[in-house]
Amino acid sequence: MDFRFDIIWDYAPLLLKGTLYTIAISISSILLGSILGLGVSFGKMSSRRFLRWPMQSYVNFFRGTPLLVQIYIVHFGLIPLLYGKTNALIAAITALSLNAAAYTAEIYRAGIQSIDKGQMEAAKSLGMTHAQAMRFVILPQAIRRMIPAFGNEFIVLVKDSSLVALITAPEIMYWSNAMKAQYIRVWEPYLAAAFIYFVLTYFLSKLLAAVERKV
Amino acid sequence: MKPIIEVTELSKAYGDNVVLKNISVDIDSKEVVVVIGPSGSGKSTFLRCLNLLEEPTGGNIAIEGKSLMDKSTSITKIRTEVGMVFQQFNLFPHLKVLDNITLGPIQIRKWPAQKAKSKAMELLDKVGLADKANAFPASLSGGQSQRVAIARALAMEPKIMLFDEPTSALDPEMVGEVLAVMKELAKEGMTMVVVTHEMGFAREVGDRVIFMEQGYIVEQGTPEQIFERPQQERTKAFLSKVL
Ligand SMILES: Nc1ncnc2c1ncn2[C@@H]1O[C@H](COP(=O)(O)OP(=O)(O)OP(=O)(O)O)[C@@H](O)[C@H]1O
Ligand SMILES: [Mg+2]
Repeated sequence: MDFRFDIIWDYAPLLLKGTLYTIAISISSILLGSILGLGVSFGKMSSRRFLRWPMQSYVNFFRGTPLLVQIYIVHFGLIPLLYGKTNALIAAITALSLNAAAYTAEIYRAGIQSIDKGQMEAAKSLGMTHAQAMRFVILPQAIRRMIPAFGNEFIVLVKDSSLVALITAPEIMYWSNAMKAQYIRVWEPYLAAAFIYFVLTYFLSKLLAAVERKV
Repeated sequence: MKPIIEVTELSKAYGDNVVLKNISVDIDSKEVVVVIGPSGSGKSTFLRCLNLLEEPTGGNIAIEGKSLMDKSTSITKIRTEVGMVFQQFNLFPHLKVLDNITLGPIQIRKWPAQKAKSKAMELLDKVGLADKANAFPASLSGGQSQRVAIARALAMEPKIMLFDEPTSALDPEMVGEVLAVMKELAKEGMTMVVVTHEMGFAREVGDRVIFMEQGYIVEQGTPEQIFERPQQERTKAFLSKVL
């Protein structure tokens, strides 16, 4: 088997562009997903059933159905419903964010519940509201414990973002597929993609380990 | 003068387990009340009802004439007036000692940082820990932690202080330093309700001793009355075990 580096070289600018898209999609999705997930986890832990039940269902739906199905529903259903037309990039970020929200909600819940309940009691005994106690006492401690799980979720998200190639979001996998179609070759496009994803997740895990050491 | 705490037929149940049974007691301003009794008798539950960390299932509690059961009463407001010290200290481990103490005054009382800080330093000085202002709680001994916890509660300038077995988690050699701070506080006229197994403290500092068992107040009186001339058999039986 001969391996044609020259066609990878041909595609390098597009693969690079795809990589930037993958990074942008992943970062936006983990940020939006984390913010959304915090709300979902508070809803899930609420004592009010009308908040708890929908948020529990939300988590169940996104954890219990394939991501690809969710991406299609958002791309072909939700986005046209809201915008009147499809948009691959918006659909990709929306679907990945909604999905990440379900998983990060569980990370928040586990992190918050791992904090000794004496902390909440001490905060309340000073006269803090529940929200103040969360903000100044519980979350700062919980977030430290959540960092490894968040890192893991971030890495999973980077890899899962390859699925949005299927709705033509122009990221790494999209350009690999294009390369394959143009040259009718298998190894170069997919090994190149695998290599790029590996480098991304490798440096991400190093970065996260450094963050973990720091806090 | 009207009592600062009025407890009327207070009851508390967890499901079928009735833990407090029709407790009525009035506590005067500046009074030091010590609550004693066997494990599981409801002492902590009683104390925690006084700042609504536990929700009573019946009866009423009024603090400075305001009923805690009244929907219009702000519970967070009441809690700023009622400090609490826990057996396990419950210091905030992510904050330095100084920030543990200033958090409440800054965030709840909305004091300027400088005022909160000088108040905190004054309190740290009082509990003998001025040199620990910039330490993290993890580096403190049990006795030091509890003194910081007391300073943290005092920083809110409460009118009442609740103590739930403040020395039970401490090594014996550190009990004294915490009791000394509490004694000082009593001398300054703080209204205190103290659950403790330290009978020496009860005798020396308490204005009144309440003996609880199985959710009832079995007997109460001056330390003298309770320790020297208990009237109830159950009080005698308990004291014979702990004294
Ligand atoms: N959150 C809870 N849920 C159910 N039962 C509880 C709860 N808290 C306390 N109890 C029960 O209430 C009773 C009284 O408990 P409480 O902690 O008030 O006793 P105590 O006098 O403080 O005992 P100790 O000296 O061991 O601290 C016990 O039987 C206990 O099992
Ligand atoms: Mg107790």
